[in-house]
Amino acid sequence: MSVNYSYRSRTLKKNLPRIFQYIILSVAVVIVIIPIVMLIFGALKTRGEFMTRPYTLPIPPNWENFARVLKIPSFWSMLLNSFLVMLTTTSGVIIICSMAAFALSRLKFRGQDLIFNFLTLGLMFPITIAILPVYLMVRQIGLTDNLWGVILIQTSFQLSIGIVILCGFFKSVPSELQDAAYIDGCNAFGFFWRILLPLSRPALAAVASLTMVASWNDLLVPLVLLNSESLWTLPLGTMQFQGQYGVNLALIAAFVILSAVPAVIFYLFAERQIVSGLTAGAIKG
Amino acid sequence: MKTTLVGEDVVVLSKKTRSTRRLQGRMTIVLFLLPALALFLIFLVYPIFQSVYYSLFNWKGFGPAVDFVGLDNFKRILTDQIFLKSVGHGLLIVVLSLSIQLPLALALALMMGRSLRGRAFFRTIFFMPYILSEVITGIMWMILYNPNPNRGFVNAILTLIPGIKAIPWLGNTSTVLMAIFIVLTWKFFGFYMLLYLAGLQNIPPEVEEAALIDGVNNRQMITHITIPLIGSTIRTSVYLSVLGSLQVFALVWIMTKGGPVNASEVMSTYMYRFSFVRFQLGYGSAVAIVMLLISLVFSLAYRRLVRQTDYLN
Repeated sequence: MSVNYSYRSRTLKKNLPRIFQYIILSVAVVIVIIPIVMLIFGALKTRGEFMTRPYTLPIPPNWENFARVLKIPSFWSMLLNSFLVMLTTTSGVIIICSMAAFALSRLKFRGQDLIFNFLTLGLMFPITIAILPVYLMVRQIGLTDNLWGVILIQTSFQLSIGIVILCGFFKSVPSELQDAAYIDGCNAFGFFWRILLPLSRPALAAVASLTMVASWNDLLVPLVLLNSESLWTLPLGTMQFQGQYGVNLALIAAFVILSAVPAVIFYLFAERQIVSGLTAGAIKG
Repeated sequence: MKTTLVGEDVVVLSKKTRSTRRLQGRMTIVLFLLPALALFLIFLVYPIFQSVYYSLFNWKGFGPAVDFVGLDNFKRILTDQIFLKSVGHGLLIVVLSLSIQLPLALALALMMGRSLRGRAFFRTIFFMPYILSEVITGIMWMILYNPNPNRGFVNAILTLIPGIKAIPWLGNTSTVLMAIFIVLTWKFFGFYMLLYLAGLQNIPPEVEEAALIDGVNNRQMITHITIPLIGSTIRTSVYLSVLGSLQVFALVWIMTKGGPVNASEVMSTYMYRFSFVRFQLGYGSAVAIVMLLISLVFSLAYRRLVRQTDYLN
């Protein structure tokens, strides 16, 4: 009996901190989720309901706000522009970074360290700080109000982090593989294309996810470079929409949610890649 | 005679192939590095040098810069009360991040440890805000901060406490920075938590098991074993947090545009206003150069310091 009692108290003692942990973590979950839930509730109400009872459950749900946003032609053009910019930027970053990282990590030449350090300078000069110098440059070559301007800038400022991550990964590939490939008649490009890149899929996925998130969410570069409404990306368009329909909060909430949907879906599917890209980039950089 | 000729021939031939191979190798290296170097030089290095040049002029952005003013722009920056205020706000955000945001992230990461059931769920939720754009986050929190408790959820919760009145969070000069800091914490703590989780993952379990056998309690374990072992991750997070606070732009621009009366002005919004709203591009360039220097000095100092601690250990 006493043994049983002491056993019980011991498990209770062991479990108490654990229960405490769960309580704190759950409170944090609630704090993180509430803003998002309130936004969704708001979007599912009519404009009047949003004013009179903003915190109640949206019963019955009113889908009209979403329907209205989806009928706005510029919403679709923004979505398309965002996708175009994101996909082109990401492909560019992947191609250019893997090429540079290959030369910097698997080939030997004089000044290698110097070039590596030079190419990682971008980590110290984030685009937020360099935006005016960059704008002046883009204006000189006539790429303002052009999606290519946005793509080139986003790509250039994502190179450093991509090169750092890929160099780290490429260095971990055993050099015997490279020797074997050369003996079998592969040249440098053959080794890069047929062996190194397929082996590096996880690192490439991490860099790609990182770039996609950065590009998709970027406001500053489109804000500075793009004038024509037909070229706006989603963050820029969302900001302008909010300025235009400032009073109709329910409609704005619907717009904001719809513009977040692609990112959230992507996150839920590629969480692992995004997480590994972020942590690898941060720790190695 | 004949043999030596053949011998020389062979030597010459092999020298030739070796040099062409070396040339090929060099071509490969150049080709592989060229795109990255070109983009870098054109869109990063050249613009910065050009801005150093423009920063010496009073230039509105139209036509060539002719009104040379020397270092006047820099003098004006360093004596402008609003710029100094924005630097102060940046420092305050750094201090708050290091003393509240990072410890909070670390505490949550330690609670999740490496084996808590439901860890993946918590991680997914905590990291979600990082994925949402700053535009979305800003608009969302503007609605939440509405000064009318019947509209804004933050004030609705606050006024439940008897005796407390609703606060116009974003409209009051004394609360606006705090309000922005809360949003920054909401959005970014998950990222730092993730870094710490990755750091914790790298601690060999044997170390903690050995400590347990030696009778170490929970608190001793965390302060004497776990935290020192993720020291490098913590240093990295401090670096990223400081550099990140230099880059806060979209969130502030969406929510307050630096207002009311510059109470939430940070360096990036200050630069944006002078460059793209007032079009004083010479002065804006000078501000950009100052910001770049701050970032550069901090980064180099950090590298130096970290190398030193690593060397000492």
